[in-house]
Amino acid sequence: MNTRYLVKRALYALATIYVAVSLTFFLIRLLPGGPKTYIKNKLMKSQTSMSVEEINNLAAAYTNVYPDQPLHMQYLSYMTSAVQGDFGTSVWFGEPVSQVIWRAMPWTLFLSTTTLFLGLVIGIVVGGLMAYNEGGRFDIGMTTYTLISGSIPYYMLAILLIYVFGFMWGVFPTSGAYASGVEPGFNLPFMMSVAYHATLPITSMVLVAFGGTALGLRSNAISELGADYIRAARIRALPQHRIALRYVARNAILPMYTGIMMGIASVFGGSIILEQIFGYQGVGYIMFKATMSRDYPLMMGSFILVTVATVVGIFIADVTYGMVDPRIEAGGEGRESY
Amino acid sequence: MSHTNDDGSKPEDGPFGTTSSYSTTRSDRTRQALDEFVLTPFSIIWSDVRARLGFLIIVCYLLLGTVGVALVHSPQPNETERMLAPLQLLQYPLGADALGRGIFAQLVHSTPAMLQIMLSGGLWVITVGTTLGMIAGYKGGKLDTAIMFTSDTVMMLPGLPLLILVVTILQPKSPIVLGFILSLTGWAGLARAIRSEILSLREANYVEASRIMGLDTGYILKNDLLPNIMPYVLINLVNSMKGMIFASMGLYFLGVLPFTNLNWGIMLNNAYQQSGALYTWEAAHWLLAPMLTVMILAFGLVMFAQGCDRLFNPRVRARHEKRTTTEESNTEDSPTVMESNY
Repeated sequence: MNTRYLVKRALYALATIYVAVSLTFFLIRLLPGGPKTYIKNKLMKSQTSMSVEEINNLAAAYTNVYPDQPLHMQYLSYMTSAVQGDFGTSVWFGEPVSQVIWRAMPWTLFLSTTTLFLGLVIGIVVGGLMAYNEGGRFDIGMTTYTLISGSIPYYMLAILLIYVFGFMWGVFPTSGAYASGVEPGFNLPFMMSVAYHATLPITSMVLVAFGGTALGLRSNAISELGADYIRAARIRALPQHRIALRYVARNAILPMYTGIMMGIASVFGGSIILEQIFGYQGVGYIMFKATMSRDYPLMMGSFILVTVATVVGIFIADVTYGMVDPRIEAGGEGRESY
Repeated sequence: MSHTNDDGSKPEDGPFGTTSSYSTTRSDRTRQALDEFVLTPFSIIWSDVRARLGFLIIVCYLLLGTVGVALVHSPQPNETERMLAPLQLLQYPLGADALGRGIFAQLVHSTPAMLQIMLSGGLWVITVGTTLGMIAGYKGGKLDTAIMFTSDTVMMLPGLPLLILVVTILQPKSPIVLGFILSLTGWAGLARAIRSEILSLREANYVEASRIMGLDTGYILKNDLLPNIMPYVLINLVNSMKGMIFASMGLYFLGVLPFTNLNWGIMLNNAYQQSGALYTWEAAHWLLAPMLTVMILAFGLVMFAQGCDRLFNPRVRARHEKRTTTEESNTEDSPTVMESNY
């Protein structure tokens, strides 16, 4: 594999995380009436016996931003504590931010990777079938479906599903990640309960998401089907499934890889609204709670960790891309610059 | 160089050919411009079912946001029966919410703000994305690396959490400012796509010619490259407008934005948060009305974007010109081929 490509992608990933952490620092530090003032006011109201200095110190301890140092030193100390995994203390939970998020992270990871995987597999299969039936009834039906599903935001579908199946018919649970009675751990009732509770959130996102993948794959596959090497393969009397899987599918999926990687970012981001609707206690739920109670350290911390998760996901996708596609460009193609 | 300008009446020839011996009048030019920029696009849009449908839907929403606001009185609490079912009273065709406010009137009075968000966000995304993408693709070198590095970084940031963070702290009240904030992450993907379009165009002969003639970069970008990517840009404008609506509705639904004016997302939030509304079928119309409003608008935009493809297809355009000038009416060859979408 191309080491130069890997190094470049790793640099991009680190840069993104750096930007995210810096962004939170500047939002805390520079905005007038921003998080710092808010936390100070809150402390002042609840603990009237404290002196102004003590309140300042406490607010600084919560956010990891110490206002009496010069700006670059503040930035440096904020960055170093963030690198060490210290994102301050949550005002709402009263415990370290990293601890709160660590508890919630597995749920979001589970929800988003399942969604992503199902969306991709269904999209690819449907898109392939559409391409093979070009102009047929299945093709036209699915094209109509994708047009309609493209006009529905996933959270609206989620609200509809939970309204009908959760509240009105009571077929699916309306909140939580697993039933209250079951023992969390590696046992069948727990896993069944988790799957049962995740059905609606996953369905609502997958139903909307796979349409775009299917359409993209369809048009890629149709142009591949007309290519000369496919005709040559047919003339050589290669088995149909070999042509479909090894020739068409591979070349039709590869151009979509960038889009898939971007999908990782949107799936992680989308978890906020989805987890809120389904009362699913993942990072998105935590972040929303932090937003509503103006728990700024927790907001910033969860934003940083969601970014890290996204970046790591994209990086993994990048590395595997290098394995499946040998044509990866090394970057700096030697074009003339004007 | 032998310019024989002896008779004086003959217009002087330029280095690239003879200057036209007759001039177009202003009315000629107006008519031509009208034909090129209004009549031709309009009739092409009209000839495609999808684009026509999308166009009609968009016009309906525009009318709703301008004329509708003037005709329908603004909704007040307790003006009618609470949770009035739809299709009961002529005055309240979609019924009323739990506070007795007419739902139809709420939908209409939310439209201007939503259209402003959509337009401002879409235009920002397009302007920033196209400009940076074109510069990166055309100039190449260090500038290209810098712009692509920035856009790759922005693309990796999780969009919605970032928006929630910024919006909670800034609390934007104006729809136009909100549109701007929503466009903060949207430009990156477009810039990347535009760049790769430009990469294949920059080596074209006419671009090379302009460069040799010493025309400046701005001129080449604007006159040689931009017209080529215009279809792509416009389709992206429509798509990003759809994205703006979805994103802003999501944020309003979550309740992280200040509830200053009426808004479809706020309506959805009210219906969803209202205690007990989710437990009865009676509230269905309240929940569904804003959803359907957004879905129809989004559907119109999707259809319009699909049909727009044809607007910039030179073959369709040429056929149209032939028809209008020579009054030929052989429409048998009207294309039914499915265009692949981007």
